[in-house]
Amino acid sequence: MEKLLWAFIIGGLICVIGQLMLDGLKLTPAHTTSTLVVVGAILGGVGLYEPLVKFAGAGATVPISSFGNSLVKGALKEFESTGPIGVLTGIFQITSGGISAAIIFGFIGALVFKPKG
Amino acid sequence: MLKGHQTWVFETKPTIIASAAIGGPYEAKGPLASDFDLLHGDIRLGQDSYEKAEQKLQEQACETAIKKAKMKKEDVQFLLSGDLINQIVPSSFSARTLSIPFLGLYGACSTSMEGLSLASLLIESKFAKNALVCVSSHNAASEKQYRYPTEYGSQKPPTAQWTVTGSGAALLSDQGEGPKVTASTIGRVIDMGLTDPFNMGAAMAPAAVDTLEAHFRDLDRDPSYYDLIATGDLGRVGHRIAGDLLKKHGLNIPEEILTDCGILIYNEDQPVVMAGGSGCGCCAVTTFGHFLNRMRKKELRKILVVATGALLSPMSFQQKESIPSVAHAVSIEI
Amino acid sequence: MSIKKKKKLTPTQQEYQQFAQEREPKRPILKNCVKAFVVGGIICTFGQVLQMFFIKYFHFSQENAGNPATAVLIILTVLLTGLGVFDHIAQFAGAGTVIPITGFANTIASASIEHRTEGYVLGVGGNMFKLAGPVIVYGVFSAFVVTLVVISFRALGVM
Repeated sequence: MEKLLWAFIIGGLICVIGQLMLDGLKLTPAHTTSTLVVVGAILGGVGLYEPLVKFAGAGATVPISSFGNSLVKGALKEFESTGPIGVLTGIFQITSGGISAAIIFGFIGALVFKPKG
Repeated sequence: MLKGHQTWVFETKPTIIASAAIGGPYEAKGPLASDFDLLHGDIRLGQDSYEKAEQKLQEQACETAIKKAKMKKEDVQFLLSGDLINQIVPSSFSARTLSIPFLGLYGACSTSMEGLSLASLLIESKFAKNALVCVSSHNAASEKQYRYPTEYGSQKPPTAQWTVTGSGAALLSDQGEGPKVTASTIGRVIDMGLTDPFNMGAAMAPAAVDTLEAHFRDLDRDPSYYDLIATGDLGRVGHRIAGDLLKKHGLNIPEEILTDCGILIYNEDQPVVMAGGSGCGCCAVTTFGHFLNRMRKKELRKILVVATGALLSPMSFQQKESIPSVAHAVSIEI
Repeated sequence: MSIKKKKKLTPTQQEYQQFAQEREPKRPILKNCVKAFVVGGIICTFGQVLQMFFIKYFHFSQENAGNPATAVLIILTVLLTGLGVFDHIAQFAGAGTVIPITGFANTIASASIEHRTEGYVLGVGGNMFKLAGPVIVYGVFSAFVVTLVVISFRALGVM
């Protein structure tokens, strides 16, 4: 139960940070999400994102910042097991599922749906 | 005849013998619905794409206007039309269907008055007996091109406007009955360095003010000459800015006669409309439908329509360019 | 960057921009933040419920449960986008739908669906990443740089 509460709060707070970037800094959604991904990558690199995931669960893994963290995590893991080339081969390891799903179901969407305007 | 620096006075007074306004589902829910000749419930008009739908809107507006004048396509010497889509494809393809000698125009949302000015010039100079002006916009086609895919979930700010899905056509002639075009002021491009594509009103207001000043200066006329002065699509935000800017520049236009097509076309409580309507079609359907109907009923005798256009492209915005604007004013009298 | 731009503006332009800004309806930042917090929170909570569901009934580990949960969120987003509902929720929620993985899925789904009229290869295939591209490009590039920095620091004994 507590896990659900923290997922709600932390997830909500990350979205508020995004909203402040959209409305306060007047950034576009693309600029906002790109910035948060980079922040996620940096936090992942210094080891601060994983504790957040342990604490907030989906509150940290559902926001797009977790994408940056997963990219770094994958690269480091593969580097440790296969050496320098692992930096390139490991980047998409963990995020592969999400990207593949988005492409596959996005394409299916285009087959099935027409835009409503 | 040229009067002043940038105004044409039409001594033969070309007559708008017929006009037509076609609209989409959102316009059907607005307060001007009864001034449309045809309203569509399907935003795609049964076509495969939004662009083809906009082409159909133009064809319908042109054909309706010609029919109302009891003329045939062959009686019209020239078609002056434009829209917002890349390479004005809906206008060009509609001209293909109509087979009338074609002059394609681009002035963004100022195209309706640009077209009306040039068509009047053709009639006045006796280079045409009948000239048809047609201008359109389509909400989904414009959103797709200028901003985001229509199903994209971005939050529009309160300064954003809603592009009108509609087409307006006016058939001008050197003879016949109807409201007459008496003068036209061609505007300069004004750029105040604004860069927000979600706030067109603020970008276009200075151009409207500049053209209005030029109009009254060239003709040595007072704003009270008119029963109504309407800007094309400044919306609630731009209208307010223009009103204050006019006062600041010392041009006194009474508030009761200054209005905006973008404000009139939708009810304030219609969702996603935000600051009001926009697009070439906005000024066109409001002027060629609502205003001309009121003139025919003698409710309005002299009006000045100032269509405003924001001359940006999706790429110019990405290349960090600002948004220049232009406004053209046409006076119509009965 | 905005300061640099202001320097290139003439005094008249600067004066007008100030004039216009005073007359602009302000974005309801506080209201938007509350809406973003609530909707974003709900989506993340739903994600958490999904993860717990997959762990309990499908025997996923704590580590891997994120994957099917993400996939479900993506499928739901594509569905809502295609049905024309997602953009209305997004107008209300703002960052609440943009920041979670739903935002990413919506950029891909909306672009694919929109450009169908240009054909499946150039239209759908060519435009699918129109809006999602920046996230992937900057994510990968920054992850690459961060990884190199981390590896160097570790080698130098700093980390």
